[in-house]
Amino acid sequence: MTAQEILESLKARFGDAVLDAKVDGLPDPWVKIAPAKLREVCLYLRDDPGMLFDVLMCLSGMDYRGGKLGVVYHCDSTVKHHRIVLKTEVIDADPHVSSVESVWKTANWHEREAFDMYGVVFDGHPDLRRILMPDDWQGFPLRKDYQVPEFYNGMKVPY
Amino acid sequence: MEATMTRLTTVPGLGRELKSEEMVISMGPQHPSTHGVLRLELVVDGEVVVDVIPHIGYLHRCFEKHCEHMTNYQQVIPYADRMDYVAAMSNEFGFVIACEKLLKIKVPERVEYIRVIMAEFSRIVSHLIAIGTYGMDIGAFTPFLYCMRDRERVLDIFEQTCGARLLYNYMWIGGLSHDVTAGFTGKVKDFCRYFRPQIKELNDLLSYNKIFIKRTANVGVLPADVALNYAVSGPVLRGSGVQWDLRKNDPYSVYGSLDFEIPVGKGLKGTVGDCWDRYMVRVHEMEQSVNIIEQAVDRLPAGDVASAIPKRIRPDAGDIYVRTETPKGELGYYVVADGTATPFRVKVKSPCFVNLSALPAMCRGAMIADIVAVLGSIDIVLGEVDR
Repeated sequence: MTAQEILESLKARFGDAVLDAKVDGLPDPWVKIAPAKLREVCLYLRDDPGMLFDVLMCLSGMDYRGGKLGVVYHCDSTVKHHRIVLKTEVIDADPHVSSVESVWKTANWHEREAFDMYGVVFDGHPDLRRILMPDDWQGFPLRKDYQVPEFYNGMKVPY
Repeated sequence: MEATMTRLTTVPGLGRELKSEEMVISMGPQHPSTHGVLRLELVVDGEVVVDVIPHIGYLHRCFEKHCEHMTNYQQVIPYADRMDYVAAMSNEFGFVIACEKLLKIKVPERVEYIRVIMAEFSRIVSHLIAIGTYGMDIGAFTPFLYCMRDRERVLDIFEQTCGARLLYNYMWIGGLSHDVTAGFTGKVKDFCRYFRPQIKELNDLLSYNKIFIKRTANVGVLPADVALNYAVSGPVLRGSGVQWDLRKNDPYSVYGSLDFEIPVGKGLKGTVGDCWDRYMVRVHEMEQSVNIIEQAVDRLPAGDVASAIPKRIRPDAGDIYVRTETPKGELGYYVVADGTATPFRVKVKSPCFVNLSALPAMCRGAMIADIVAVLGSIDIVLGEVDR
């Protein structure tokens, strides 16, 4: 299926949840989805016989500056050989995105990483805790406005 | 975590029922079989592993944060080397392709072929380490020394080409740091001639060794559907019988024009997707890599490897996801450019990270001693898991 067709069927089925899209002239065509609807959309993408996106290649947290956080999903189908990128955007005061862990197990660690680095909260994730940073670390290191703390447990941090 | 429960086990001849309890054992972060600093929390019931909880991050070096603070894209490459430090060439490969696509540069054929040769050499090197250390995990010390001996020969070729043996900074955006030296073709062919019989020797010594098969066959089985749902890749996915290799299924560079096969696990000694299958896929991949290297070196065209290197690397705003087949699996770079000379965001989809996340699915119900066999068969490098 082409990206245009995928976009059409997503629009037909989810309507308002499709916020924006750019499918022409890009190496990776993308569709922007409302953060609360992601799980539903992904479940449809995985299970619909026309879609069959069986692999989530990558899930990346983003900081678009100005208090806007985001998550980017790169989905691939090993059966149908088509790809689509899903994007979603939230504000850092209310960074809630629905978790796709129940759709693709691989999202479990990726979502933990996005939570760890950006503080995006994935609703419905069974085990959302830090993964790369220590459990008692303060702040979200990959945010653009992140300030490195001076001390961590009495140890000087900057080197 | 679940609360520990008391269970009753019948022991023949004891005359009463025995109480058994679940307990938690911490394996690592300093453990010879974890291949680096990884901590596994094992929930065990006697010898049987009920659950495994990996704790990672001990080697986290903020690669992605560093990328956003470089003065240009080229400076990312030495850092990319240090992710999977046993196959550094493969790490560079994906990142330079991503940048070239953002910049819309076409690199000369000669560069493409040399890159493929180097990437395949790094696959051989990485698999030699994986196989050698795997044998050692299970108790066979000798194959490790044989593997290291052969690895040295490849490192000599790397050293002759770019001066470095482990971390190369060899593939640059648009080209290479050095052209190959005069005797390169001969050396590569010598190596290929030398290496094929070594694989056979390795098979006789380790692969078909009865003890080795006993320890690895039917252990840590990962079914294909679970493997895809976890998005594992590389030999772990192919060991589960899925014929999926980006060099064939989503060809990049000149792989489309080269002739090679994708080995998959067939369950010859046990079940499809067991540790032996994953191990054997690596052995067969080394053979295929030798084939690819021979073809590429025969076709190596003339040209200037530095002709397409841009003076100024400043891609237009945009984003791209590029994935390449490294020895460990699908290494993805999600690069977001904002029109400046510094990347806005570089996200690495590390194959080891993803493959390790499937470890609990492979280990539940196994014995404690099997954890070492399963972990070794995934072949993780913690430098890439933690980045």
